[in-house]
Amino acid sequence: MKLLTLNFLTCARKTCKTNPAAFPLHPREAELEQIEAEINPLLIQNLLPRINWEVLKTISQELGLPSLPESAPDSEDFMTEEGEPTQTLKDLHTLLMEMNVQNGKLVCGSCEHEYAIKEGIANFLLPSHMV
Amino acid sequence: MSRPEDILPPDLFYNDIESRKYTTNSRIKSIQASMTNRALELLDLDTPSLILDVGCGSGLSGEILSGVPEEHGGPHAWFGMDISSSMLGEALERDVEGDMLLADMGQGVPFRAGTFDAAISISAIQWLCNAETSDVTPEGRLKRFFDGLYASLRRGGKAVCQFYPKNPQQRSMISNAAIKAGFGAGILEDDPDTKSLKVYLVLTVGGGDVSGTVSRMSDVDVQDARRKDKKRGKEFERKGSKAWITRKKAQSEAKGKIVKPNSKYTGRRRKTAW
Repeated sequence: MKLLTLNFLTCARKTCKTNPAAFPLHPREAELEQIEAEINPLLIQNLLPRINWEVLKTISQELGLPSLPESAPDSEDFMTEEGEPTQTLKDLHTLLMEMNVQNGKLVCGSCEHEYAIKEGIANFLLPSHMV
Repeated sequence: MSRPEDILPPDLFYNDIESRKYTTNSRIKSIQASMTNRALELLDLDTPSLILDVGCGSGLSGEILSGVPEEHGGPHAWFGMDISSSMLGEALERDVEGDMLLADMGQGVPFRAGTFDAAISISAIQWLCNAETSDVTPEGRLKRFFDGLYASLRRGGKAVCQFYPKNPQQRSMISNAAIKAGFGAGILEDDPDTKSLKVYLVLTVGGGDVSGTVSRMSDVDVQDARRKDKKRGKEFERKGSKAWITRKKAQSEAKGKIVKPNSKYTGRRRKTAW
């Protein structure tokens, strides 16, 4: 499960829908793995306005990754004048697209329900009394 | 012809054997691929986007999403949802690029508002019409799914869901549930009146008429089945007009009041006097 996905996932329970603490889900006991992926500057540029930078900072801190800059990078800094991707873009790509949580769990901040992650797939099935 | 929906719930039906069959069968693969390409054509994305694949299965359609060439606006990033763990196991083996969740679409879409540019679903949403336990209803599951999908798409986003309705009732149940959730909805039929009929539910969030989606395609006939806003009788009859006066007189008469009889002069305008 990529860090990009963690930036969008919320708790699946209906009662948590209205609670702001249901987003983000907090990774616990996470095993990280870096899986190489091809860089796509245009995609990252399109996604950047939608990414919640504060949440990205908290999650990478919880995962024990190096701390991120205070504010989100500007999409103008992504390309050098020769049209090559800059270091900022490469770092962001590594963080969002290549960092994968392989095993562990996600915990909702509001109801403290734990969603297990196995082999990179999170289990969001809820028993019927919790739906 | 037997329908898998009538045999078992999806998480049990797609066990290891069925999942393997589904993923390796070249006929199923080619049908899936052509449907995904058709859905992509309907979505009309011109820049790399974030797409939700509902009922992603073994990632057959996801592979196509990540493989869209640059000149056609790709490659896209995608997240998948599926209820069958065997199907997701197949996807892991095939090493697909998107992130996947083991989730039931009838329990909602667990993403925050405005996450996706688009959503696709190939041969999945007819499963919502089955309730496997007594504490859920097909209507409830459909509502939960479409409400969640509506919220997770950004404004101006689109969703294309290909599905196999069992009968016309199921078809209208699904499209009505989508309309109720707030989508602009349209149904596209490929190869109508043949055995290989394919039904696509095209949904838009905010902005524009849904028929605008197909305006750039040739060979598509648009039939508008929406009810026209019928003006109610009252709004047509202006206060003080002849129709209004006769109606009021009839009303009073029904109440038992004394009313002057109607004549050819009733409600007629007087000459303009000095």
